[in-house]
Amino acid sequence: MFRTEEMDINMGPQHPSTHGVLRLKLTLDGEEIVDVRPIIGYLHRGVEKLCEHRTYPMIEPLTDRLDYVAAISENLGYCGAVEKLMGLQVPPRAQYIRVILAELQRIASHLLWLGTHALDLGAMTVYFYTFRERELILDLFEQFCGARLTYNSMRIGGLLEDVPAGWTDRVRHFLGLFPSRQKEYEDLLTVNRIWLGRTRGVGILKADDAVAMGASGPTLRGSGVDYDVRRAQPYSSYEQFEFDVPTGTNCDTYDRYLVRMEEMRQSCRIIRQALDRLPEGEVRAKVPKYIKPPVGEVYHVVESPRGEQGFYLVSKGGEMPYRMRFRSPSFVNLQALPMMCRGQLIADVVAVIGSIDIVLGDVDR
Amino acid sequence: MVEYAPILIFLGVAALFPAATLVIAWAVRPSRYNKTKSEAYECGVPPSGDARARYPIRFYVIAVLFVVFDVETIFLFPWAVKYRALGLFGFAEMVVFLGILVIGFAYAWRKGALEWA
Amino acid sequence: MDPVLERVIVEAAVKIALVFFVVLTTVAYMTWVERRVSAWIQDRRGPNRVGPFGLLQPLADGIKFLFKEEITPPHVYRPVYLLAPILILVPALLTISVVPFGPALRLFGRDVPLRVADVDNGVLIILAFASMGVYGIALAGWSSNNKYSLMGGLRSSAQLISYELAMGLAIVGILMSAGSLRLSDVVARQAEHGWNVLWQLPGFVVFLTAAFAETNRLPFDLPEAETELVAGYHTEYSGMRFSMFYMAEYANMVTASCLAATLYLGGYHVPGLQRLGLPQNAAAIVQLLAFGIKVAFFLFVYVWVRWTIPRFRYDQLMNLGWKVLLPVALVHIVWVAFIVLMGWA
Repeated sequence: MFRTEEMDINMGPQHPSTHGVLRLKLTLDGEEIVDVRPIIGYLHRGVEKLCEHRTYPMIEPLTDRLDYVAAISENLGYCGAVEKLMGLQVPPRAQYIRVILAELQRIASHLLWLGTHALDLGAMTVYFYTFRERELILDLFEQFCGARLTYNSMRIGGLLEDVPAGWTDRVRHFLGLFPSRQKEYEDLLTVNRIWLGRTRGVGILKADDAVAMGASGPTLRGSGVDYDVRRAQPYSSYEQFEFDVPTGTNCDTYDRYLVRMEEMRQSCRIIRQALDRLPEGEVRAKVPKYIKPPVGEVYHVVESPRGEQGFYLVSKGGEMPYRMRFRSPSFVNLQALPMMCRGQLIADVVAVIGSIDIVLGDVDR
Repeated sequence: MVEYAPILIFLGVAALFPAATLVIAWAVRPSRYNKTKSEAYECGVPPSGDARARYPIRFYVIAVLFVVFDVETIFLFPWAVKYRALGLFGFAEMVVFLGILVIGFAYAWRKGALEWA
Repeated sequence: MDPVLERVIVEAAVKIALVFFVVLTTVAYMTWVERRVSAWIQDRRGPNRVGPFGLLQPLADGIKFLFKEEITPPHVYRPVYLLAPILILVPALLTISVVPFGPALRLFGRDVPLRVADVDNGVLIILAFASMGVYGIALAGWSSNNKYSLMGGLRSSAQLISYELAMGLAIVGILMSAGSLRLSDVVARQAEHGWNVLWQLPGFVVFLTAAFAETNRLPFDLPEAETELVAGYHTEYSGMRFSMFYMAEYANMVTASCLAATLYLGGYHVPGLQRLGLPQNAAAIVQLLAFGIKVAFFLFVYVWVRWTIPRFRYDQLMNLGWKVLLPVALVHIVWVAFIVLMGWA
């Protein structure tokens, strides 16, 4: 109806709801967004270059620090890439434990996402509830590998050690507890009219656009594209588990929320199957003392909580990789942000950032 | 008017309280100059442009609407206080008055003055 | 000096000192209550280290604020920037002066009414002071010369005036039944004919919603929505001046709760108290306590709501104010007028 002067405003790098050090340059017409330009690089550490000067086992701790809220997915992807290049067969027990760890990590990561997303929209209490349950998962990880954030949980060829005694029972205990806790969050949000008002029809990303932007993970599935790496290119024996891939229909923030909520339930389902059928045996394949993959290159993808996490590895036969490249889902999903924000209000930017669930360590590497 | 006197005294005390606290704070607080402390906060980057930009006309439209409706609300107050004495005539009169108010409101709504997004 | 005036002034001075002390203590302890209640809602413990149950926490906070450095950035418009926090706090405290806390106490051989001022247009004074608060916020936002502050200030002005309208229209219903702008008459009327909330429920809901918006509390805390505007209109404030915005917020909550209790829950009226036949002073104290409990209930609702639901978006907030609350309030007036006309009330 009226047009006035546009105003530029910086949102970030030091802002409560840009999830780290993302900087957005917003062009505003009043409260309405005319344009959004993400500016990244505030957390750049040059991990890809660092990898060229580390031996293969030394790189795994670096991968912990890419997507630091889902470090196990990164470990899994990296180890998978090296194993694929070396042609190693990981023992089935190790594969199953890896699946359990990765799915627990997915729940933990989604819990962190849900808490911060709700916090951004003003529902602070959900944050404390989700962190209460995330704490339980971190305890499980601590019992398994001693760390709570950067786990370095796997080894090339399998795991360092088997799970400690009684660990599987504690996982089962968590699985018994979690559905009722998840209901608590849903009671607070899923049918809350303000929540619906803040997320429905906000940040729409059409399926074609999502594919064109290379989006993946819940951001892609929220737009109704049925694609999950765990099903499309199974790794670590995911083909042996039964699970649904939830998709959205309205392509908005609310659908992405629903997709992640359902993914948590499906993760529980996968973990339960893995626990029921956990094979006995070794947890590490025979690997040489010095890991020197043959000359060649490999691209390995896993489904991290954020989407398609790719590892491209070039080996010249030495102890260190010649080139390591990460395809990080946060970075790619972030590309879609301006498209989702244009024409919305300032408050919606916060909702949309929350709904694509970026981790700046993963974006900047 | 003597009953208003306490409000005036209250105003004095209420104004004295922040003034006194600020004076005490001024006496005891540290003051260490630092160039970066005195920059405008724009999320950790130097601010781009001045903040005193022109702002959308919508806010003025709200202000104008507010003035119109607030004045009409104030007209309702004396009527409401004496309502019991006015009886049926007062009721009819008020319905007419509110009817005019509603027409104006509907007009503003229709014209899109209440659309914010 | 005129002896009548002198007596009024002395009596007022004592009462003002008491009320001021109580209000400031309530404001300070509301911060503690808010943190303890939110902790209880969120499965945490909340402040429990300073004194028993953390009861000295507000005191510690106050001392901390006194000793905090205050940064006045060079880019602000100094006179307005320095004055704005005071402009917010003073009206917030002032509104309490017309609230009747209880009936009269018999002291030194005469009746001392438990209120600072019993003026014949208390309702108007409340509305006037309530709308003064918007100046402080708008000026704080504008003078800070910061984009976040400016947006917070503008949002806030628009929000406050929109909801003030709904609040004013909701109050018209009360006036019709009481036939007076004096708050003690409003209470007396409810004591005789039943609390207003019983038959003016829509008005009560509109009033309460508007009161939430007027105090900038979640779900209407857009002017200082920290996840969007960092800290809104007080982004550039620090030290004691910053704490004044907080004191004003809590003072506004206390006032709004007092008003909600007075206008809709019968103020200090306790049903059936007369039948007990208590002596005047005992009855007055019971009624004072009853008023306190009613106010505490509203304060708890404030905290409860804040920690339960998410925040509105700006356009949703304005839509609610103009397209829902305003029409509801208008229909409510006709409804109340009809009831009063029929003599059902």
